[in-house]
Amino acid sequence: MKLTLKIWRQKSPKDEGKFETYQLDNASQDMTFLEMLDAMNEKLISEDKDPVAFEHDCREGICGSCAMMINGKPHGPGKEITTCQLNMKAFKDGDTIMVEPWRTNSFPIIKDLVVDRSAFEKIMEAGGFIDVDVAAVPDANAYPVEKHKAEEAFDAAECIGCGACVAACKNSSAMLFVAAKVSQYALLPQGKIEGVQRAWNMLMKMDELGFGSCANTGACETECPKGISLAHIARLNREFIKAGFTKLAGEKR
Amino acid sequence: MSNFFTSSIGKKFIMSLTGLFLIVFLIIHLTVNSMIVWDSSGELFNRAAHFMDVNIAISIIEPILAIGVILHLIYASIITLQNQLKRNVNYAALGRYKKRDVTKESNWPSRNMYILGAVIITFLVIHLINFYWKMKFSGDPLLEEATAAGGNVENAFALVTNKFQIWWYVGIYVIGSIALCLHLYHGVWSAFQTLGWSNRKWRNIFNVIGVLISVVLGGGFAFIALFVYIQSLI
Repeated sequence: MKLTLKIWRQKSPKDEGKFETYQLDNASQDMTFLEMLDAMNEKLISEDKDPVAFEHDCREGICGSCAMMINGKPHGPGKEITTCQLNMKAFKDGDTIMVEPWRTNSFPIIKDLVVDRSAFEKIMEAGGFIDVDVAAVPDANAYPVEKHKAEEAFDAAECIGCGACVAACKNSSAMLFVAAKVSQYALLPQGKIEGVQRAWNMLMKMDELGFGSCANTGACETECPKGISLAHIARLNREFIKAGFTKLAGEKR
Repeated sequence: MSNFFTSSIGKKFIMSLTGLFLIVFLIIHLTVNSMIVWDSSGELFNRAAHFMDVNIAISIIEPILAIGVILHLIYASIITLQNQLKRNVNYAALGRYKKRDVTKESNWPSRNMYILGAVIITFLVIHLINFYWKMKFSGDPLLEEATAAGGNVENAFALVTNKFQIWWYVGIYVIGSIALCLHLYHGVWSAFQTLGWSNRKWRNIFNVIGVLISVVLGGGFAFIALFVYIQSLI
């Protein structure tokens, strides 16, 4: 199949950047989107041009590296898939495909489609961990967990931190990411102990790093490759408001 | 706690509380307005309006209501302005490809709450000048005393029904009501979500409550204006 690719090219963080148009004649519908980009890069290298920089790692939808906006949608068309899981069958011969990096001030562009997502790690450092009972692996039966809570926590833990929620949000809010991380721990007995403080610290860090506020539009949920629910954002709100009132009462935790 | 109200969730917490408070007011307002429909002589509406005028509880709530509107407006402006500054470069593809998208990312009202709010506040100013100001302060020849059981009261019915015979004035009310309807369609469920009361099950219930409130309030206010206008034509 023949494709016209309009790809954002930017040499460095300070470079202004612009869209370049490339023609690719040897794409196949059996390729994944990343394989198609590989084929295009091989062509660019053979023509002695600079290949397009994009992030990729596992290529099976669990690492969250392959972040890019395809035709104005994070990870392209299709529900609950990452770019590496996106099949070229989603496109037709002769299509024009527009590929852009995540656009948000909190994720500065490093090169082409690669953005700096270390803001997410800073949020994790602010509270995305459990501080208690870390010495030895406790007996499995020592902490009874209800099945529905275990499942809900696991749903939240599916978040791969790709940043599609921030990319899709009109306010560049990282609420779905923070909510998934807070929820994942808040539902389990070990994580619950620090739950309120965790929500406070992670949310404050999110604000500090320049992400916007949540408008409950639900765009993040629609675009999340792991289908993380807005219900987790409600839980984050709950935990954060609890933290606010705990602080009002003058308690430390 | 001081930084709670400057945090992103804290600011939305205030938006939710003031928003829900304003909805309670609107429900009372619509109940009083509906007297225009129930009794075409106007006595019922005049008595209700008089009751709202002299009631001590209403006089206490009135300034709180004004503060609610102002807080809702100020916080909405701060939040919207701050959020506008989070993405300096927008996606080039959005304008070109958005219409071809199969999946809907989000509904229109949820993305345009501030614009809908601006329409509502414009409507509110027009509304206050024409009714509230005249009834409370400046007066109007149409408001001359009307006889009602239990004494003489202001003829608010005459003032309202007179205004609603003007087609473009009714038009302003219909536009205001549509904006209100769309604003509440997203606003109601969003308020409960922000307060943290939602979950997988209650999300659907809040959505249904939101649709009901938006249709009853938006549709109700528009209906009364249209009802009087159509009646004047017959």
